[in-house]
Amino acid sequence: MPSNDERWLDAEAGPVVRPYALTQGRTRHTGESFDLIATVMATNALIADPSSLAPEHVSVLQLARAPTTVADIASDVDLPLGVVRIILADLRELGLIAIRTPVAMAERIDQRTLREVLNGLRGL
Amino acid sequence: MDYGVFDAPGRSPAGRSQHRAIKILLAGGFGVGKTTLVGAVSEIRPLRTEEPLTEGSLRTDSTAGIEAKTTTTVAMDFGRISLRSDLVLYLFGTPGQQRFWFMWDELAIGALGAVVLADTRRLADSFPAIDYFERREIPFIVALNCFDGARRYDTEDVRLALDLDPGLPIILCDARDKESAKQVLITLVEHVLLTASEAPVSGIA
Repeated sequence: MPSNDERWLDAEAGPVVRPYALTQGRTRHTGESFDLIATVMATNALIADPSSLAPEHVSVLQLARAPTTVADIASDVDLPLGVVRIILADLRELGLIAIRTPVAMAERIDQRTLREVLNGLRGL
Repeated sequence: MDYGVFDAPGRSPAGRSQHRAIKILLAGGFGVGKTTLVGAVSEIRPLRTEEPLTEGSLRTDSTAGIEAKTTTTVAMDFGRISLRSDLVLYLFGTPGQQRFWFMWDELAIGALGAVVLADTRRLADSFPAIDYFERREIPFIVALNCFDGARRYDTEDVRLALDLDPGLPIILCDARDKESAKQVLITLVEHVLLTASEAPVSGIA
């Protein structure tokens, strides 16, 4: 595949400028940073003014009804990761979602979990 | 799908069932078979990401909010394997070139470990990834993707060529084959378990 290199970069990788219109041009999210595999979950808090949320914010919120990850949401809504992070940070600021750092971020993965991963892989 | 109980931030999750996500990185040069391997063993998903090209200049310039032109878009794939209802493995394959290292720095945090996928015809393509994981003390293994027509090398010859430690696993694989791809991941987790049970070595620069 000679064009493999091109697929990854710039225009070949998909549009990026227009999605940032959704974030009012912001390229950095507010608050504490979160990992690609951080768990996202809707808090079921009531929204004071539902019409104030952009459709993309609503889509992300709906995906977070069951625990999911930042990477899964970005893939599902097909928006660049940076845009999704800003949307998630907005929703967190509104108290509509909680974002939990994966267990492995704080410390090395414990041996019990490693064994569970090993057994899980063997059973595939 | 039952993901188990979600714990609110700040609350101790001790002993509670929870949604756990584990990361494994897949490194290697273009065309080495990373996407093929991820697809062989997991449900593959596309992801678009983008980063500022010149992080340093953005900090010094006061162009708050108008950084759009200084970003580059990078597409990557990731694989998702549900091992149990509460345990999901994520495979992130990203290009191995140094210009993508801004992505590696984020992906590497908290990762279980890494697989360096190599093509024996272009072994040098795997040098940057090997250097990267060695410097950051991220456990990794080397998997040699056996392309049709490529000469089968002895793994010990590859160890010498890549200057790898004697204890570092090097395995042959066929990235298209599910069982083979599975074995690559199993070898990595076994290696991580082994190194985790050994006394940590400190003071290595």
